[in-house]
Amino acid sequence: MKLLYFAWLKTKIGTAEETLDLPAGVATAGALVDWLKTRGPGFADALKDRRALRVAVNRRSVGWDFAVKPGDEVAIFPPVTGG
Amino acid sequence: MIRVQREDFDIGREIEALTRGKISIGGVASFIGTVRGGGADGIRSMTLEHYPGMTEQELGAIETEANKRWKLEASLIVHRYGKLLPGERIVLVVTAASHRADAFAACEFLVDWLKTKAPFWKLEETPQGERWVESQASDDTAAKRWAKP
Repeated sequence: MKLLYFAWLKTKIGTAEETLDLPAGVATAGALVDWLKTRGPGFADALKDRRALRVAVNRRSVGWDFAVKPGDEVAIFPPVTGG
Repeated sequence: MIRVQREDFDIGREIEALTRGKISIGGVASFIGTVRGGGADGIRSMTLEHYPGMTEQELGAIETEANKRWKLEASLIVHRYGKLLPGERIVLVVTAASHRADAFAACEFLVDWLKTKAPFWKLEETPQGERWVESQASDDTAAKRWAKP
């Protein structure tokens, strides 16, 4: 699957984009974030408060209980500030 | 019609191109968002990042929703990204309708919704360094005014 990080998440995590295999036992966007947090201090810091984050699966805004599957594009970002 | 681009836009030309020949139009409303400088913050520049692909999709969905709710003859959203200086234009929203009430309401709706739904993020450069702009509760409140009962 493809993972994308935007705004300050990208800075804290240290990359804008990565490809990885969906970890075993991870079935939702929320579970994916919990798993990502275990990958190092940058991830743990950036993803510590899920309420400060939003998630899109295949370019559609979804909730944390949304199902993720291999091949999905999952983007994690702070609340948007355009306009 | 929606467009996401780095370069500036010409407001007169955009409105002319959007409305030319559409004689059923009786009123055109527009909103232009610009980079606010000056003040205590001393913002030197603002860099807009976005999520290519999703941005266009979200703006298109917002425009479709506006056309469902109001009777519009034409509409346009142009949103810029990249590094912008104080005073530069960020976004243009134009709505044209037979009657002004539809044009005004749809324009305000489009601005309120795009601020809370379109995947853009602003990075401000100040004399103290760079900082990501945080979302405003007032923007959420403005967007919620348009929630359907």
